[in-house]
Amino acid sequence: MNGGMSAILQIDNLGKRFGGFVALEGISLSVAPGERLGLIGPNGSGKSTLVNCICGTLRNEQGEVHFDGKKVDGLDAHQRTHLGLARSFQLPRPFVSLSLIDNIRIPLLYTVAVRGKHHDDVEDHCHSLLRKVGLETKARQFPRALTQVEMRKLELARAMASEPKLLIADEAMAGLTHSEIEDILALLVRLNEQGVTVILIEHIMRAVMSFSRRLVVLVSGKKIADGAPDDVMRDPEVERAYLGQ
Amino acid sequence: MRTPAFLIVCLAIAAAVFGIAIAFGNDYVFFAGYVVLQYVVLSTAWNILGGYCGYVNFGTAAFFALGAYSTVAIYKFISDNDFPHIVPIPVLMLVGGVVSGIVGFGMGYLTLRLRGAFFSIATLALAVVLQTLVVNWDYVGGSRGAYVIRPEEIDPIGNYIRYLFLIMLLLSVAAIVIARLIERSRLGYGFATIRDDELAAEASGVPTLRLKLIATTISGVLMGMAGAPFPYYISYLQPDSTFGLDYAVNSIAMPLIGGTTTWVGPLIGAVLLGSLQQIATVTISSAVNLLIVGLLLVGFVIVAPNGIIGLVHHYWQRKPEDFVGRRHVDADVPGAVP
Repeated sequence: MNGGMSAILQIDNLGKRFGGFVALEGISLSVAPGERLGLIGPNGSGKSTLVNCICGTLRNEQGEVHFDGKKVDGLDAHQRTHLGLARSFQLPRPFVSLSLIDNIRIPLLYTVAVRGKHHDDVEDHCHSLLRKVGLETKARQFPRALTQVEMRKLELARAMASEPKLLIADEAMAGLTHSEIEDILALLVRLNEQGVTVILIEHIMRAVMSFSRRLVVLVSGKKIADGAPDDVMRDPEVERAYLGQ
Repeated sequence: MRTPAFLIVCLAIAAAVFGIAIAFGNDYVFFAGYVVLQYVVLSTAWNILGGYCGYVNFGTAAFFALGAYSTVAIYKFISDNDFPHIVPIPVLMLVGGVVSGIVGFGMGYLTLRLRGAFFSIATLALAVVLQTLVVNWDYVGGSRGAYVIRPEEIDPIGNYIRYLFLIMLLLSVAAIVIARLIERSRLGYGFATIRDDELAAEASGVPTLRLKLIATTISGVLMGMAGAPFPYYISYLQPDSTFGLDYAVNSIAMPLIGGTTTWVGPLIGAVLLGSLQQIATVTISSAVNLLIVGLLLVGFVIVAPNGIIGLVHHYWQRKPEDFVGRRHVDADVPGAVP
């Protein structure tokens, strides 16, 4: 066990199999409140599986996940969201029959309101969230009208709307232009400065390196490195995993 | 429009419908109208689970039959024990609704972890299992069927069929008001997210299983309530007449033809298709009913996959994005297209 009781996310010896395939094995990870953590690894290394186990979309067979001092194994995904875990999906999953503003409204109705908090003007709050990701002008449109990049932004805005303590951004920047990446990064940094812990899963190394204060590397379902980004990138094992031998 | 105002408008329309039916001066209008109204309730109830949540239920007949057979069981119990009073229809409807709601909840609990076509098959299985049970349950007549004697008159309405018609009219109003209320509430938003993407719904904090259970229960209650007065309408109830294919097919076809996204769709579909079937029954033959349904469904899937409502939106707004993306489950509901 690493980390203390103060960790917002504590993963101990987590394991997940799909039939005979071992997707994750012996993953232990402790994330402190307010951290900016980058999670990288080659395709198929188990990053998204790990996110799914943390968020309750998948059930881990082995190990335990504690969030904010509570054991969350066995809780449904929505219960974990209520506790303050939020995620964006790697492939955007908007609510296609709802307008953008209603997409944002869902976490407000079903998560923020459940915590007993009510915004004075929900409509206004939704608009300001959409403004943050640059989608305010399309508030009344439907996800179908969005580009892939805009859908990623919507995905992020919807995750932010649930007012999380920990936000996991699963490849929120794939396909974005240089300046769009800067916008999203600035957004995540601002969110982090407001006290939200952020785990960034990303292939775009420039983004990861500029955002992360700590870097974790997964390869073939195992954690091979965890530490300061520059140190991790110099790690011979990481170099081998990324560049080949 | 606020719900109380909407309720008043609905009641006013219902009063007008009742007045017009009386003005015809022919009780056949009530017999035919009762069936149409029954379908208004059934398709509205089906749409709460099928249209709003995207879970296609093939077991409408089972829930309807539960209501009907609750009535038969109570009727038998009353007449066997020589109780002096008959149980008023509204009480029978409450009992039928409760029984059907409990079964709806139970079925939901067992099957709602199944998705898409698998859920639909499970509901179909429920209908078969229940029919087998009823056929072998001697107390309610088994496969022989059961007679329920309809009183001739009731004060102050007069002929009993008018009373049954009025009751079904009020139940239709109730069903429509409930459906509309759900649509505009937090629950309605939750249902829409279930239809769109359950994983994303959970991630946004929507308790999907609980919401689906609420939907199956409400839907089951309304279907059971629609079935409860049926033995009095038909006088002779046999398993085939309540578990018939017509109920399952019609209660799916009507919302699809009208449009599954709003409470208006099932209403339009039921009135249109239900009336057409009644007219066909007297002018051509009762066997032609399902053919009409089949042809209309094929036609609508090709011409207007979002139903009449989708078509109206299309010509009204002429802005495809505004409606194409909106709640269009009809076309890709598994098993919806014969």
